[in-house]
Amino acid sequence: MRQYFGRKALIYALTFFVAVTINWMIPRFMPGDPIQGLVARAQVADPASVDAMRAHYTNLFGLDVPWWQQYVNFWAALLRGDMGISIWAFPTPVTDLIIRAVPYTLGLLIPAILLSWWAGNRFGAFAARRKWLDNTVLPIGYLLTATPYMWLALLLAWTLAILAGIFPVSHAYSFAVQPSWSWEFLGSLAVHWVLPFSSLFLVMFGGWAIGMRNLIIYELESDYANYLQALGARSRLVRGYAFRNAVLPQITGLALQLGTIVAGALVTEIVFSYPGIGHLILQAINNQDFFLLQGAFLFIVLGVLVANFIIDVVYTLVDPRTRIRMQGNAV
Amino acid sequence: MGLRVNDLKVYYQTLRGEVKALDGVTFAVGDGEILGLAGESGCGKTTLGKSLIRMDGRMRHTGGTVELDGAELPIGDDRRMNRFRFSEVSIIPQYAMSAMNPTRKIGKMVADLLESRGLRYRNLAGELERRLDLVELPREVLGSYPLELSGGMKQRMVMVISTLLDPSLLIADEITSALDVSTQKAVARTLVGFRDRGFVRSVIFITHDISLTYQIADTIMVMYAGKVAEKARADVIVNAPRHPYTKLLISSLPEVGVRYADRKLAGIPGSPPSLLDPPTGCRFRDRCPLAHDKCAEEPPAVEVEPDHFVACWKA
Amino acid sequence: MTQTDQIVLPAKRRGGETLHFALRNKKLLVGAFVVLAALVLAIAGPILHDVSPTEYIGVPGQAPGGDHLLGTTMFGQDVYSQFVHGLRSTFLVGLLGGGLAAVVGMVVGFVAGYRGGWVDEILNMVTNILLVIPTLAVLIIIAAYLKVRGVMVEALFIGFTSWPWAARAVRAQTLTLASRDFVDLARLSGVRTWKIITREIAPNMSSYLFMTFILLFGGAVLAAATLDFIGLGPTDGMSLGLMMNNAVKWSALQLGLWWWFVPPGIGITAVVGALYVMNVGLDEVFNPRLRET
Repeated sequence: MRQYFGRKALIYALTFFVAVTINWMIPRFMPGDPIQGLVARAQVADPASVDAMRAHYTNLFGLDVPWWQQYVNFWAALLRGDMGISIWAFPTPVTDLIIRAVPYTLGLLIPAILLSWWAGNRFGAFAARRKWLDNTVLPIGYLLTATPYMWLALLLAWTLAILAGIFPVSHAYSFAVQPSWSWEFLGSLAVHWVLPFSSLFLVMFGGWAIGMRNLIIYELESDYANYLQALGARSRLVRGYAFRNAVLPQITGLALQLGTIVAGALVTEIVFSYPGIGHLILQAINNQDFFLLQGAFLFIVLGVLVANFIIDVVYTLVDPRTRIRMQGNAV
Repeated sequence: MGLRVNDLKVYYQTLRGEVKALDGVTFAVGDGEILGLAGESGCGKTTLGKSLIRMDGRMRHTGGTVELDGAELPIGDDRRMNRFRFSEVSIIPQYAMSAMNPTRKIGKMVADLLESRGLRYRNLAGELERRLDLVELPREVLGSYPLELSGGMKQRMVMVISTLLDPSLLIADEITSALDVSTQKAVARTLVGFRDRGFVRSVIFITHDISLTYQIADTIMVMYAGKVAEKARADVIVNAPRHPYTKLLISSLPEVGVRYADRKLAGIPGSPPSLLDPPTGCRFRDRCPLAHDKCAEEPPAVEVEPDHFVACWKA
Repeated sequence: MTQTDQIVLPAKRRGGETLHFALRNKKLLVGAFVVLAALVLAIAGPILHDVSPTEYIGVPGQAPGGDHLLGTTMFGQDVYSQFVHGLRSTFLVGLLGGGLAAVVGMVVGFVAGYRGGWVDEILNMVTNILLVIPTLAVLIIIAAYLKVRGVMVEALFIGFTSWPWAARAVRAQTLTLASRDFVDLARLSGVRTWKIITREIAPNMSSYLFMTFILLFGGAVLAAATLDFIGLGPTDGMSLGLMMNNAVKWSALQLGLWWWFVPPGIGITAVVGALYVMNVGLDEVFNPRLRET
């Protein structure tokens, strides 16, 4: 047990290390001079100001010391939770901006992931039972997973918000209300949440439903299913076993999909101007705010690693096989 | 009473047409009898085994009847057949190593299965444990996952599960092919023990290994291309076969009895005919060293001596 | 199962059998048809319709019909021209990115699976690390620092980051194949590792490799669309993701210019969806257990 999680923890630690290193390296080793770019984009003509800006940025990036010291400083700052100052929202620290945005992103992502996973699995298993259902669900499911997240978001925004006017088209709450624990504010929050949530939910739902449908079909062909059926077990029992066993690879699938799902959430937020991490990233890109961009990146990596670890733990709890292998002894 | 199979025809539906995997098979298995079913792969022996308990989606019951203890088995009707499965007809599958749900404790799985058949696990738990003792499995296996058992243990566990309801007919499908020689013998002996104790009344033992069949079977039936070639007492099949195919099959197995040790290993040249469009007449004709004009007509199964059936014009 | 398969499938006919089922598999045929149709449009479209996708040539915000098949953007660019050029980029990214990822994934998977030992340990470690890193986030960072971005560079980056799951799958397949008799035989007769991989192992899982490539193709297209949409798309070209990016940036939603953002999404969804459906069809063709009677 300890060895298994030790190995996992090592991989996650290494991954984080690699991510931080990439994050540190990119601005320093990319072709071209990022500071030059930053200064140029500021479109300042006065040479004195240009020099001042250059000095400011060089100092900000910590480029005025040897590279190894830059690397150590980078880590030291990171461990203090210091990811620099945002240029876009000067002088707010990047960490503050991210902490403010995170609840919105998680508020979209977590319900969308859990609900779509649950519903997709149920529905996929149900579809595998009937031919006509299978024949209709399968193509729709494939279309949904093939849909780019932002496009479904655009379609929903256009049809349900712009044309039908049922839901608001952007932001997390109406500017007419002040953030507070009032019903009015919570209601506004909920109404604004529906469309971005739905578009995330639908795209993922298609993927899970198809995955489950295919896995169930493999499971129903498996030896234990054949044996039970040969002994006259009811199909309820066989399907129950097949479903349980098919859920296990779907858990692993969730871990593998996390990166894509997070990216999907980012673009969905952009479509709906939803004030989460995705929105921050867009602002960072549009404003050449590299501190903010890199902070957001590190935060996403950290979040995905934590989620992966949680999924690992859940998996070992659910699958007796990994548990037994970890204990490593037979009867 | 036992099993009576009369002119059974089971075809596979494929896109190219019907594959006549079983084409008019007639035989009987008596109470307390172990019937060894032999033949090359593709001769229909596995199809026969499956037909008697559960046909897969591509198989069609095209003709003939199956009677077990005087009652007709509705083998073509998956739903009605359920009543007979496990309690009347049971199977030890060839995939015994993976026959148990890997994510469920074995005891729980057995309980689920019994409850699914409307039986109480509690009422049978005592018998189950006695039989575990008999096959020398510790009772703790019921609290284990299949992964925790060795291959031989899984095999014995499946044997116990399959025979728990004392079925009248047990189909043992290639149950030894995945095992090493010493385990094979032990498994075969256990099977005979089950018969002797009355856990099962009759057994159809399907294998391509005639030497093993010879050791435990009372009767051996040799199949070729979807038909019965020869059926007789085990020692008759091995020592005095009449059908040319049986003769070739026996002579190709050097290890059957010392008497045959001096014979050359003679593989049978050629391969069985396509069952999509089988030739008329004797199906072994193309590979038979004794074939003559008469063989263009289909040879009937003739009882050449009591309980010895041969389908060959030359027998 | 093996028994019945032997009855149904005499070994020598297996090649013909595959084709036989392939030509009768509706999913495969429909998927292939859509992909091919899109490919023809991507190749021939820009040639037959010789209008620049970026030049301001018409009345801004024109609805489809009229002078311009799919209307114009709010700057008067021809949407149809953008669409066919974007479709071309889509295929380019898919082929290059997906192809590169497939090659890297296969090499890593083969070598890890066949060589085993410390080579496997290290490759496995690298694969696992890349597997948990959200690669799209990495791509965002990299792309943000690139001042000039082309479709090729984008494909290159996508290819080099999206191979891990393919490597893992190929490794697993290689492990099962490497223990087979014919591989043992080749090894015993002193055939070099690389030759064994290319002559013995790869051909035996060619169908699997092809299906892996299709999935990587689809993944690369979607990844590129995401990048383009965030505004990190090609600076010197047109892509379907970029069309959507521009549409959102210039309020096409609020202005009701639906023809600006609907076609690019249809293009991506159709190509990727058709590829996925094709893959299910191929799976059924290569895997007899999934075939329907």
